[in-house]
Amino acid sequence: MLGIATRTASQPAQRKMIHLSAIELLKRLAAGDMTSRELTQAYLDRIARHDAAIGAFLRVDAARALAQADSVDCRRRAGKPLGSLAGLPVAVKDVLCTEGERTTCASRMLEQFRPPYDATVVAKLKAADAVLIGRTNMDEFAMGGSNENSAFRPVHNPWDLARVPGGSSGGSAAAVSARMTPLAIGSDTGGSIRSPAALCGITGLKPTYGRVSRYGLVAFASSLDQVGPMGQSAEDCALLLEVLAGHDPKDSTSVDTPAPRYSETIRQPLECLRLGLVREHFGDGLNPEVEAAAREAVRVYESLGATVVDLSLPHSKYAVATYYIIAPCEASSNLARYDGVHFGYRAGQGAEVSDQGAEIRGADSSNSPASDSPLVRMYRDSRSDGFGAEVKRRIMLGTYALSAGYYDAYYKKALQVRRLIRQDFDRAFEQVDLIVGPVTPTPAFKLGERTDDPLAMYLFDLYTVSTNLAGIAAMSIPCGVSSAGLPIGLHLQSPPFAEERLLRAAHMYQRATDWHKREPAMT
Amino acid sequence: MAISRAEVEKVATLARLRLSDRELDLMTGQLGEILGYVDLLSELDTTNVEPMAHPLDVANVFREDVAQPSLPRDAALANAPRTDGECYLVPAVLAEEQ
Repeated sequence: MLGIATRTASQPAQRKMIHLSAIELLKRLAAGDMTSRELTQAYLDRIARHDAAIGAFLRVDAARALAQADSVDCRRRAGKPLGSLAGLPVAVKDVLCTEGERTTCASRMLEQFRPPYDATVVAKLKAADAVLIGRTNMDEFAMGGSNENSAFRPVHNPWDLARVPGGSSGGSAAAVSARMTPLAIGSDTGGSIRSPAALCGITGLKPTYGRVSRYGLVAFASSLDQVGPMGQSAEDCALLLEVLAGHDPKDSTSVDTPAPRYSETIRQPLECLRLGLVREHFGDGLNPEVEAAAREAVRVYESLGATVVDLSLPHSKYAVATYYIIAPCEASSNLARYDGVHFGYRAGQGAEVSDQGAEIRGADSSNSPASDSPLVRMYRDSRSDGFGAEVKRRIMLGTYALSAGYYDAYYKKALQVRRLIRQDFDRAFEQVDLIVGPVTPTPAFKLGERTDDPLAMYLFDLYTVSTNLAGIAAMSIPCGVSSAGLPIGLHLQSPPFAEERLLRAAHMYQRATDWHKREPAMT
Repeated sequence: MAISRAEVEKVATLARLRLSDRELDLMTGQLGEILGYVDLLSELDTTNVEPMAHPLDVANVFREDVAQPSLPRDAALANAPRTDGECYLVPAVLAEEQ
């Protein structure tokens, strides 16, 4: 971690404010009860104290954050107009390009990459006068569900440091959970916002595909990737989504429909809410405590006037298999750009990332045709040194599934099943407004527990991947704590572009419960 | 569906990855297991199901053909491992280096 000012600990009043919601903090900043500098410093102190053990941040630039805070304070004193997040710290997953600042995707491949432009999401945060407090850790290229695939260091769950925070936005989830930032940005390709939100006891939203610009988001699987908000509550996520959402001419897949004012409607309860309970979501492998918490949450909704409909998504059991063909196929194409030529790591430049590369080159002969030109050898050496094991596994899987003779059996077949999965949702949403269920089959597992078993790791995504395949929206909200003291998440899925409904439903629940207010006991 | 070590080697060549003997063994086992699992899809009859490559009905998005500022060359080259200030430099393509 770079550049954290070692200042004396903040005053007790400042230490308390880091527990407040983003909405409350904005009110106090506007009222002049505190300055953005005081608030930013309080979070920086919190990071300095706790992040060595958690590893949520890859980089924190305290001086830059404080300068942004001072600029907001100064303009506020002068009575000048301010953006909707003025003076509020926001942590950004290290997958979004930020002009002139390192954007690594937690990969050796991009360790020194300084993008020449801002992602639209980053530009919007800057325009909203947010304080960009730091860059959060993640699974390399957003591939993983445990944050153990970061090339730099794993993230530890603030609720139990021996356990994973979920992934791939594990750094963002852990940072919000440990109150090292009030808000964070994540990205979600198969559950990467929702799974860590569930395992860390925070609220996260994966918007509909096309709701938020992907311009400047380092691509993993382009038909599945979406950027979204993470925070303590649905209200806080509404505030952040309002800044992120909207059409962007630079992303031709961003949808040209106006984004609603989520923060203005979120307090309106939904009348006659119809919730769908999917049979297939309560089958084998679901931890009994997670099931009990989800069912109890449904009872809370019933007490608020919702009706519950039992239904079936008959192709649910094919979602993981479909996802783990399509996502690696898209990844293998997207990651072909890392060739050591235009940007990123190149082998043989005197700055080898590991001794392993040299060892592989020494040991290997059969795998490198003698006809390789020096250029091709450079490609292979750069990619072999620069990518970690999970990224290589997915590139291999995708390359295989797209190769001659296998394309129809794997890729085309998966695209056909993808349509069947989408049709299941379309039919379900004729009967219900939202689908509710578990986010993850169990609470957080231990670091190292699944690293040798990629398939077991993939199966952890069984409830989340179908959202991305179908291109719909979904949220994870805290709905319980296990007997071992670990948070449990409730999954809410909505039809496309019904984020407003999702947020209002989540807020109804959070007004009736206080699971989202629970914090890890930080020592 | 199992995958052979020779097939994994071939795929690594296509993907421009170099795998050590140990990585090849590990990858052969892991890919075999994953492919065995995804074979689940073969039990579904998908005759006449239109493939869904994308969640949105996207079509080409056009804009007016107006020149706009593009990335300056310095900025475009700034992240390249090797340049001569004007072009990206790469190792020899056609022949062995001297």
